[in-house]
Amino acid sequence: MTNTTVSDFEGPKRSWYKRNEIAVTPYLFLIPGVFFFAVYVIFPVFQSFNISLYKWDGLGEAEYVGLTNYQKLLDDRAFEVSLWNNLKWLVLYLLAIPAGLMISLFLNQKVVGIRLYKSLFFFPFVISQIVVGLVFSWFYDPTFGIFTKVIGWVGLEIKGGVLGNPTAVTYGIIAAGLWPQTAYCMILYLTGLNAVDPEQVEAARLDGAKGWKMLWYVIIPQLKPATFIAFVVTIVGALRSFDLISIMTRGGPFGQSRVLSYYMFEKALSEYGFRMGYGAAIAVVLFLIMLVFIAYFLWSMYQEEKGAR
Amino acid sequence: MHSIIKTSFAAIVAAGITATSAQADAHALSGDLVIFSDMSNPAPRAVMEGMVERFGEMHPELNIELTVIDREAYKTQIRNFLTADAPDVANWYAANRMLPYVEAGLFEDVSDMWEGQMSEELASTKGAMTIDGKQYGVPYTYYQWGVYYRKDLMEQFGLSEPTTWEEEKANCQTYLDNGIKCYTIGTKFLWTAGGWFDYLNMRTNGYDYHAALTAGQEKWDSEKTRATFANWRELIDMGAFIDNHQTYSWQEAMPFMVNGEAASYLMGNFSVAAFREGGLDDSKLDFYQFPEITAGIPKGEDAPTDTFHIPSGAKNKENAKAFLEFVVSADNQTLINNGENLGQLPVNALSSVDDDKFLNEGFAMLSNDAPGGIAQFFDRDAPAEMAAVAMEGFQEFMLFPDNLDDILARLDAAAVDIYAE
Repeated sequence: MTNTTVSDFEGPKRSWYKRNEIAVTPYLFLIPGVFFFAVYVIFPVFQSFNISLYKWDGLGEAEYVGLTNYQKLLDDRAFEVSLWNNLKWLVLYLLAIPAGLMISLFLNQKVVGIRLYKSLFFFPFVISQIVVGLVFSWFYDPTFGIFTKVIGWVGLEIKGGVLGNPTAVTYGIIAAGLWPQTAYCMILYLTGLNAVDPEQVEAARLDGAKGWKMLWYVIIPQLKPATFIAFVVTIVGALRSFDLISIMTRGGPFGQSRVLSYYMFEKALSEYGFRMGYGAAIAVVLFLIMLVFIAYFLWSMYQEEKGAR
Repeated sequence: MHSIIKTSFAAIVAAGITATSAQADAHALSGDLVIFSDMSNPAPRAVMEGMVERFGEMHPELNIELTVIDREAYKTQIRNFLTADAPDVANWYAANRMLPYVEAGLFEDVSDMWEGQMSEELASTKGAMTIDGKQYGVPYTYYQWGVYYRKDLMEQFGLSEPTTWEEEKANCQTYLDNGIKCYTIGTKFLWTAGGWFDYLNMRTNGYDYHAALTAGQEKWDSEKTRATFANWRELIDMGAFIDNHQTYSWQEAMPFMVNGEAASYLMGNFSVAAFREGGLDDSKLDFYQFPEITAGIPKGEDAPTDTFHIPSGAKNKENAKAFLEFVVSADNQTLINNGENLGQLPVNALSSVDDDKFLNEGFAMLSNDAPGGIAQFFDRDAPAEMAAVAMEGFQEFMLFPDNLDDILARLDAAAVDIYAE
């Protein structure tokens, strides 16, 4: 009696997949993503490490040279210049975050046509970096550029023009990069401001908070997610700065505006570059710098998830 | 005597033409021919398409596929397509510029084509196509470099074409006294400064030294190279070059001369078309050979040669060779280099030069006034990496001549690595 009941209850034997469906399915969905991530990201990372140990012109036989490429980097002054410029980019590019916040606070009001103003401020992010680079090249032009004329009125002169002056050139390009980046941060903060809790603002107002105190203790803490994203995209943007340099100066004058990504391109892939191993070594250094930030981002995201649980 | 040579000359030409056409009839080609070309500017593109059309008419059975790639993009793409999916014919440049591809075994040895007649007809560029005694391609055009100047300005100040360094500097001083810069130049893309170095070094130390230097057999920090830079510095200290040249491309530097703010431009003959478009006709634009600096040194000249090659991975090599033979034939070279097409000089000695003031002067100069030798250009004679480092140094020198010691030390350090192989 009992036996028959049990077998009835089990019914016909189900397949292995059916039995484990709930546990397995998430992994099945992950497979395509993991596969392409491995092929297009993880594998090339290790491949770059590997190539950086060789002397290779990209055409013939590669010759194993150990860490020689890295040793050469230590004495390479062009590399040193690029590294310093990368640092300038990292620090100054972060100005986009407070600037974006200011503009978004300014635009976060209800007046006629505010949508138009918002889109005008957002405009530089929509146009291509190439166009931004060209516009700023004309702006800085040593003979007819508006910038040159304007600083001329107050008696200043930058020898060779901003883009022709070895000291000023990197700052000039960063300023051009800040234009679209500020717009990007602005849009992040505008969406963040929509999510600010009006009841908290109300309560703070009743307690007598206003102006800077309101901003610092009530608004900004609520904008933390937006700030985090703005920080991530700005850091990554600073390290990826390539298009502007390529279009505005090509790393010049005499290599003073290069950054690591552009130097890598020049050494390995440009018209005169045939040093794949050396280029790969530069790429590895750039990767390690990025890794510091990536590790930090992952760690703080992990902490956040843990806190949310 | 003279007439005898002339007659036999004509006979050879006639024989050559009949031989070529007979050959063409005998081997009517069939199958495919894939051509990748970097002749993407309007005039060169029309020339390339014209050549394909005419070659196609000679061989109606042949299926020709032409792909024209942007000239700048081509320089990096060639690495990919030579190794991955090679065409049957590809454009490139002579001398050291083709060395990496020859060493990697990516260009076919075409020495058999060069045997006999072709070596005579193309003698002037045979050296530039030769690596280790073998030839790896054929030339289709070359052009002279020299000083293009505003004839009307020169006449206005009562000057004449300089032939010595002293005259050159005296002329320059006159221009400067009248508020005109002597030379326009745009060094944003660096190579224009390479042209100045080529000429100053060839005139100061001679072609042989220049060739040895670019081949890595001489030190950069040497008495001789320093003498070259000292001559260059004389001009820089005079303020002979336009200001802010580091922010201009070579085209962006042209308006200075067109507007009369600068008197001359050391450039290749390809600039003539742009000058004419800018409104300088032959009464305002003229040309002179870069003057002598060290007396008695045979003059060398820059004459970059553009070429066709057969990649080793080509599938239709016989067809490709037939096309290369067609390209170098005297008739074709006369046609494609005339003023309506490329406006440059034909390489084949039996071709005729179009009736153009600058082409004639250039042809005469390269044929008669360049006993020192013909160089390709700095970035084609020196290995690519060396050229990149050195031209950057030239630009720095033009802006900060005091950095010379540092620049030379850096170039020598780079050379140790680059020429080590």
